[in-house]
Amino acid sequence: MEKFVSVEKVDMSFKTPRGAFVALKDVNLSIREGEFVTLIGHSGCGKSTLLNLVAGLTLPSAGVLICAGREIAGPGPDRGVVFQNHSLLPWLTCAENIYLAVERVFGANESKPQLKARTLKALELVQLAHAADKRPNEISGGMKQRVGIARALSIEPKVLLLDEPFGALDALTRAHLQDELLKIVAKTHSTVLMVTHDVDEAVLLSDRIVMMTNGPAATIGDIVEVDLARPRDRLALVSDSHYHKLRGRVLEFLYQKQLRPAA
Amino acid sequence: MSATILKHEKFGLAPPLPEQSAKDPVAAAPVSEVAPVATVDDDVPSPRRHTPLVEKYGDDIAAFFRQAIPVVFGLALFVVVWAMLSSSSTLPGPLKTWHSAVAVFSDPFYSKGPNDQGIGWNILMSLGRVGIGFGMAALIGIPLGFMIGRFKFLSSMTAPIISLLRPVSPLAWLPIGLLVFKAANPAAIWVIFISSIWPMIVNTAAGVREVPQDYLNVAKVLNLSEWKVFTRILFPASLPFVLTGVRLSIGVAWLVIVAAEMLTGGVGIGFWVWDEWNNLNVEHIIIAIITVGVVGLLLEQFLMLLARRFEYR
Repeated sequence: MEKFVSVEKVDMSFKTPRGAFVALKDVNLSIREGEFVTLIGHSGCGKSTLLNLVAGLTLPSAGVLICAGREIAGPGPDRGVVFQNHSLLPWLTCAENIYLAVERVFGANESKPQLKARTLKALELVQLAHAADKRPNEISGGMKQRVGIARALSIEPKVLLLDEPFGALDALTRAHLQDELLKIVAKTHSTVLMVTHDVDEAVLLSDRIVMMTNGPAATIGDIVEVDLARPRDRLALVSDSHYHKLRGRVLEFLYQKQLRPAA
Repeated sequence: MSATILKHEKFGLAPPLPEQSAKDPVAAAPVSEVAPVATVDDDVPSPRRHTPLVEKYGDDIAAFFRQAIPVVFGLALFVVVWAMLSSSSTLPGPLKTWHSAVAVFSDPFYSKGPNDQGIGWNILMSLGRVGIGFGMAALIGIPLGFMIGRFKFLSSMTAPIISLLRPVSPLAWLPIGLLVFKAANPAAIWVIFISSIWPMIVNTAAGVREVPQDYLNVAKVLNLSEWKVFTRILFPASLPFVLTGVRLSIGVAWLVIVAAEMLTGGVGIGFWVWDEWNNLNVEHIIIAIITVGVVGLLLEQFLMLLARRFEYR
């Protein structure tokens, strides 16, 4: 399927006391199945707003969003979301957090042992089977984010939506998790839409980088095709001139064409 | 207060200390002298090396005494002021009250007819009324609070009524209770019920409203059923608030019972106070005041302990 996720002529405005605030204006984007797309732009440009629209957490003021041939009318288990601040429930163990999701999606057709096996499989995917019975406050920030990813993947979503998933982590942990995400995506062939403001992260992970103009009334400014061969290795890329050229194009967009006057 | 208890447990865990203080005259001296216990000991050249447990818990012990000394000092000051006041008035002094208390508590469960029972019965009867009134308030108030917190419509609907009725003095409800139930005991329970329900409603509703949007987003993206949202997210997330409401409520209930029983009579600590006033037995009134305070403190501590078990962050 050529257009797996499709955003068509989407406008998004919010009501404020001082009138309507137009966050997004005329956004058009289509994502192929198995593609890894990142949204990049300065803060406040509406990246997360667009992701929330695809997640179905908010509905657009105008335009349509389509996922796997169906209009997005609300949140659904065909789209797995990883939030910036992991959003694990602190009173449940890691396994229980994932089980909650698994039970919701597969509970009607599968037995308890099957659901438990799915939970464990998801934890193994992020290499956290040993932390199954730990509470979120007993594990590190990076581990929490991995559990968040495991939870999103456990429901076998058609699309994985990541909202700055590594934003709150330190640089080393972030690099480690990026590598792990690359491996997971290679294994699961997931379709991914990810919000980031880290240029290196975008180039390393994506097939395409969607660069957004500054808000209000933000829209897609330009799209960079990242035609680097997979599997990608961050060390090898350091000396890859094409990598630097792509990175340069993103930086140019962000810091020449869309430089924020105030920032 | 809680820290004191915690430290006290640790203090109790350090076995070498009582031994040490038995040997060491300095440690057996007044509490303020205990801090240097690890350094002043002639038998042991270096107690720090000799008793690693003292080294390990030394700071805790010092911290315990740092906290205990002001408490002891405050209580002592209270007793001194009391003694001074009583010497120049008809108020019974601490010693007289103490002797009277020993007599009262030596036989707490005697029963000589409905108007003359031991202090144990009086406390238990009062606790029973508080238990029933407060229990019914919890059964109704907590679920009501959940619904008010969850549904905006209900919240707007009930807000004016709650704001209107909440500040009403508890005893103002007594005539209504007497009118409806035509008996003193249910009327007292009714007063407890109506005065202790508000903190539970208000706190539970606030707790549900304060559930972080992140958790609700999880519920949204997973499309959880309302029941799952309640059991897995709303209930655990708002439990600390609910318990705060419960704690405030039981405080109010225990506060109100004395006044209610003074008016309704029957066996109970409040009636006992009134009865002893009629007998002009002021020592017993002071004993009742202190007992009410201690029971209230114990209730509060029990609920704090319960609440601490449900802290996640």
